[in-house]
Amino acid sequence: MLKVENLSVVLADGTPIVRDIEITIAAGQTIGLVGESGSGKSTIARALLGQTGAGVRIASGRVSVDGRELLSLSPADLRNACGRIIAYVPQDSGAALNPALTVGRQIIERLLIGPDRLDRAEAFRRVAEVLTTLGLPSDKQFLARRPGELSGGQLQRIGLAIAVVARPKVLILDEPTTALDTSTRGEVITMVRQLTQSMGAASLYVSHDLGLISAVADAVTVLYAGEIVETASAQRLFAQPAHPYTRALLEAVPQVRQKLPIKGIPGQVPDLDARLQGCSFADRCSAVQPKCRESKPALAQQATGRVRCFFPSAAPIRRPGDLGPETVGDHGIVYRVDDLAAGYPTAPRLLDGISLALRRGKCTALVGESGSGKSTLSRCLIGLQPITEGRMGFADAAQGAGLRDSRRMQYIFQDPSGSLNPRRKVGDSISLAARHFFPGEDPRPRVEAALARVDLSPAILGRFPSQLSGGQKQRVAIARALVAKPEVLLCDEITSALDVSVQASVLQTLKRLMDDGLSLLFVTHDLGVVRTIADEIIVLKQGRIVEQGPADQVFATPEHPYTRMLLDNVLELPAGVPA
Amino acid sequence: MTSAAPQTGLAVRGKSVSWLGKRLAASLLTLVLITMLVFAATRLLPGDMALMILGKDATAESLAALRAQLHLEDPLWRQYTAWIAGVATGDLGYSVISRVEVAALLTPRLQATLSLIVLSLAVSVPLALVLGFATARREGSVGDKLVLFGSVAINALPEFVLGMLLVILLSTNIWHLFPAVSSLSPGQPVLHQLDKLVLPGLCLVLLQVTYLYRLVRAAVIDVMTSEYFHFARLKGLPEGLILRRHVLPNAIVPAVIAIGTIFAYSVGGMVVVETVFSYPGIGSALTQAVGTRDLPVVQAAVLIIAVIFLISNLVTDALAHSITPPGKGGQK
Repeated sequence: MLKVENLSVVLADGTPIVRDIEITIAAGQTIGLVGESGSGKSTIARALLGQTGAGVRIASGRVSVDGRELLSLSPADLRNACGRIIAYVPQDSGAALNPALTVGRQIIERLLIGPDRLDRAEAFRRVAEVLTTLGLPSDKQFLARRPGELSGGQLQRIGLAIAVVARPKVLILDEPTTALDTSTRGEVITMVRQLTQSMGAASLYVSHDLGLISAVADAVTVLYAGEIVETASAQRLFAQPAHPYTRALLEAVPQVRQKLPIKGIPGQVPDLDARLQGCSFADRCSAVQPKCRESKPALAQQATGRVRCFFPSAAPIRRPGDLGPETVGDHGIVYRVDDLAAGYPTAPRLLDGISLALRRGKCTALVGESGSGKSTLSRCLIGLQPITEGRMGFADAAQGAGLRDSRRMQYIFQDPSGSLNPRRKVGDSISLAARHFFPGEDPRPRVEAALARVDLSPAILGRFPSQLSGGQKQRVAIARALVAKPEVLLCDEITSALDVSVQASVLQTLKRLMDDGLSLLFVTHDLGVVRTIADEIIVLKQGRIVEQGPADQVFATPEHPYTRMLLDNVLELPAGVPA
Repeated sequence: MTSAAPQTGLAVRGKSVSWLGKRLAASLLTLVLITMLVFAATRLLPGDMALMILGKDATAESLAALRAQLHLEDPLWRQYTAWIAGVATGDLGYSVISRVEVAALLTPRLQATLSLIVLSLAVSVPLALVLGFATARREGSVGDKLVLFGSVAINALPEFVLGMLLVILLSTNIWHLFPAVSSLSPGQPVLHQLDKLVLPGLCLVLLQVTYLYRLVRAAVIDVMTSEYFHFARLKGLPEGLILRRHVLPNAIVPAVIAIGTIFAYSVGGMVVVETVFSYPGIGSALTQAVGTRDLPVVQAAVLIIAVIFLISNLVTDALAHSITPPGKGGQK
């Protein structure tokens, strides 16, 4: 059993990052720790093993496993507890495994050190046993491989094997499936559940993915701005969230089950030094009262959990019915791809037989797992990847218009931190695009018009990307695309790096742009987002289209087994009460 | 990203062999080009070589005789092929100045240079590793900043200034510890005259350590910010084991490449250091030969330096290639 009391982690100057964390996990139980970026969930995960990043320290708190306190141990004793008593499963094993060492060495090394080390033969037996449980080979050749020679799913299982091989009493899982495809994710989740149950370990599952947490956790702790705002059983929390933040977060998660209006959370998480006065969520709360700004609510015990709010809700979460398809307006074909292929005919083709049409003011979603060819296709459309067969172009374009049409199709990248020049003010980034496409004109009115369309104030123009939040950066990237007056926007996973609450507001912006007549090709693996925004769906597998059609139809009656598999692997929030 | 098709050990080994083969072929081609360049460059030196050697008072007959002896009147391609044929059979010709075999002239010079380089590297590589690890773990501390400042300052000094400073400090009346002039006694093995190697060796060690340690330091800092370093700590591994097993193999790659470069560079590039300490190395032999237009010596010396350069690059690349983990640019 894990008991965390009064845990606070602070910066060197004493500014708290997380405050008064209390978590209790019984043996065999799984608690989900949920929060958006900046909530401090990874800080907590590492602090439970007594570790912090540079310039950060644990100011107070007790972490006890079966009654034994860990944080007051000597460094050597704490080190012996790490891995043996309390173990950590990394977020991205591809990065967390040492590229220079064999995986066998990395799994076994913890067993061969410390006061209760095993002899080599026993340690090897243990490694083989764990690998077999995880469905991995345990022969010498496999153990002699290095991380660069394994697939993502295998690596994640190795990460898991390293954590469980010493049979710890507590398992800290820090987003262990975020980097995986949905099909691999399902396998890893099942294994985690089997392992924790068979070992009787108490596990803390850290994630930003509410659907995932609803599938794995017995109870959930919600984190906001470094504080616990609500703790309850999973059943109660997802059906009847008491804290306004929990409610807003659950409402912001797109559903696959039905097409819902987009609902984000306005505003953003307060800065570290602005969190001490009053309720941290007050500025974004729809039910805020004067009292909320005057004093900070305590984490109060209730009948079915604990909540940090003066005015907790007791109502179940309500969801409106399905919106259904929209058919108003002119939806002529804007852009057409006919029988496109890429790659050499001799080898398995990167893309083959791709035909699609983008309609005015409509969103076409391109879905598929990693390696399905969705990125390759979008790269073909903007000319980054040569095509070997087929035609593509705007419906009204003259033959061979080629790259002269580049203004009409604009590309938005997944990660705005990478696609915006960090040394250039965002205003200059946008006006550079304006001057490129409309030389000799004053770029300013165009820049300001584009900014207004993505709900950013002109005050932002003088800032650098590092001074903006993730959502603001992605809006700047969209504005830079809009300044070219495009007819088609190619969106490559543009919301996957964003928090749910921010993702919703970016989707709202995109929706409004579509109403203005812009066509979207939306590349994503998140079927909830697809359900929310897409009118047409194209399912790609190994470079070929396996299913294509109106969104409602594909979601209601998927025909191809691959589409059904994708839909089955979605981890959905429990349905709310119909409004 | 999930990785592409996992590679099997056997396929990887096959790739390594073909990689080595390609590198060998490329090196051989480079070598042929170098011989042509060396030959062309020496023949394009201004002035009449016979006149240079015999002086202004030489008679027309003696000049013509010397030209004939040196085959200077032959067509260039024949001179080149004759030279190559000699080189291929180990015959580097005779020095036109001292009239001894080029091989006999250059062998002790090369030995002297190589001894100095190998000895200095044997000191500076371990020193750079220790210093690099120690300062990386205390990044930003006063000690780290002092060492960093000192190393940049030493690197910024021209070699001869550093050499003169060492001579003034350690072999004049401040502390007279070592001989100021390092001319070796002929006929004795270099290793029996170690006291003469100390000053030029120290000069080299200073130059090498200050550069190498910074590479090690940067690589270690890089590894210490990596996810796998943090994960190793979360696993509960002791600090020493983490540094030895998890950091060292990843941090050493840039240092290994740099050691190769330093070695190759030093063989021909130590002229200044050799001159300051009057050390009879191959670099100073080359400069002297250029001054006296001793073409066979120039050609042989440049060729030797080039071959050592190629071999050491090849060895370094193969070594770096074999210690670079797969998936990190290891197998191409």
